Amino acid sequence: MTALDLTPRPGAAPFPRMVLAQAGAELKATLRHGEQLLLTMVIPILLLAGFSVAPLIDVPGTRVDFLTPGIIALAVMSTAFTGQAIATGFERRYGVLRRLGATPLSRSGLLLAKTVAVLAVEVLQVAAIVVVAFLLGWRPAGSPLGAAALILLGTAAFSGLGLLMAGILRAEATLAGANLVYLILLGCGGVVFSVEKLPASVQPIVELLPITALTDGLRAVLRDGSAPPIACVAVLLAWAALTLILAARTFRWE
Amino acid sequence: MSSPAVELTDVVKRYGSKIAVDGLSLTAERAAVTAVLGPNGAGKTSTVEICEGFRRADSGTVRVLGLDPVRQARDLKPRVGVMLQSGGMPPAAGAGDWLRLVSRFHAHPLDPVALLDRLGLAEHTRTPVRRLSGGQQQRLSLAAAVVGRPELVFLDEPTAGLDPQARHACWELIGELRAAGVSVVLTTHHMEEAERLADHVVIIDRGRVVAEGSPAQLTGAERQLRFRARPGLDLDELLGALPVGSAAKESPGGHYIIEGQVGPELLATVTAWCAAEGVLAEDLSVERRTLEDVFLELTGRELR
Repeated sequence: MTALDLTPRPGAAPFPRMVLAQAGAELKATLRHGEQLLLTMVIPILLLAGFSVAPLIDVPGTRVDFLTPGIIALAVMSTAFTGQAIATGFERRYGVLRRLGATPLSRSGLLLAKTVAVLAVEVLQVAAIVVVAFLLGWRPAGSPLGAAALILLGTAAFSGLGLLMAGILRAEATLAGANLVYLILLGCGGVVFSVEKLPASVQPIVELLPITALTDGLRAVLRDGSAPPIACVAVLLAWAALTLILAARTFRWE
Repeated sequence: MSSPAVELTDVVKRYGSKIAVDGLSLTAERAAVTAVLGPNGAGKTSTVEICEGFRRADSGTVRVLGLDPVRQARDLKPRVGVMLQSGGMPPAAGAGDWLRLVSRFHAHPLDPVALLDRLGLAEHTRTPVRRLSGGQQQRLSLAAAVVGRPELVFLDEPTAGLDPQARHACWELIGELRAAGVSVVLTTHHMEEAERLADHVVIIDRGRVVAEGSPAQLTGAERQLRFRARPGLDLDELLGALPVGSAAKESPGGHYIIEGQVGPELLATVTAWCAAEGVLAEDLSVERRTLEDVFLELTGRELR
């Protein structure tokens, strides 16, 4: 039997080490989880490749130039919103959030770790999407920094929405709801099918959705070479502010 | 080392109209094992959760290592280890990964590998938490409570559902914690556990402390005299011969229990009375009360 020195020697690890440890655990959990990988990697890449190759959509310019920004937006939504909402919902349900609450890792540290993990997954997603898009003949225009800024804003808006959902609904309801919202936003947010194809009456509403704002913004930057449109930035900022404030007020850790 | 490990004064906790903790006061000393005993729903878990900072008391004062567990949580958390009654671990994570993660929140943790080995989980380092048996999950949860080398650990029913080997391994670890100067507060239904491990036992019922003391103090100098004989003996007559303050009862039929100052004289009086009645007292014994007797006496025998 191993002798253990149980003499008290308490102390919190340095904050960055705690955050990195937690972020690493979250990243590992996401990458090991089959359904999560399907959602974050497989579906976006399949949509990108499928709709680029098959002449199913009628768009101005090449199909891959139209699709890639939308697929990047979809990837951001799948990680920051769907994946994060479901994982956090179950962490709450299994008492993991509560148990972590008893460790020296503070709540702000935990949220920071989640954000770091989400951003790390997004980097992997964007890298994979960009490689596939280039293979399909993608010719991006515009500034990568503008695109990165939009992705960050979109991440904030979708994280807020995901945490809002995970903080108030039961884990099963979050699972169902997050997938449903994902499908609806995928369908009508201009990811694959242009919003202009929708009836004129619903277009103004659809343009207020975070997915539409992120898709349109990325398309404006990466396809048209313009700066991030003010309207898209404003919509994403509004969603981020609204959902993060509401989530902070309503989130139940247990 | 001035302030006690835990000091609760007049703590009240309500959930809606239900009072879970009703003016409870208790002190757990440092470097000692304090066992909180009580029937289901007595308020044990609520009390521990208030100490852990998970819940805020409605009134009363709560001091853990001299600190307020809610307002001074930041200072307190690194010094305290917690084992929840159930759950608290991600089902898909490997046992070793989980323990390593918790260890990395601490400045001077124990080696997670050695700790897993010590608790008989060495072969399960890579096993996902959900594939561990209930007893293995309990041990992993205990490991996570101590990996940060805390000054104080709260263990909520640490051995519930463990097989005898695992239970003894846990008891041994708790004994070592105590020897190393760690303060331990645990809740339990196991009277044997409390009797073996605890320096101080607090029995609570309906959110209040109904008795406390060392196991020896609680079971008391008081002894019982028990014997079997034919049913229906006239105990009133016997009582007349016994010192004032003694009690005699037949429960169940044919089993007699005499309580009071059970000494040589009382024993002689009872046997003399039996002889006079022409009764042979079988299985005559003088026993110390067990903690279980005390517990049932204080909290009643009816099921809840």
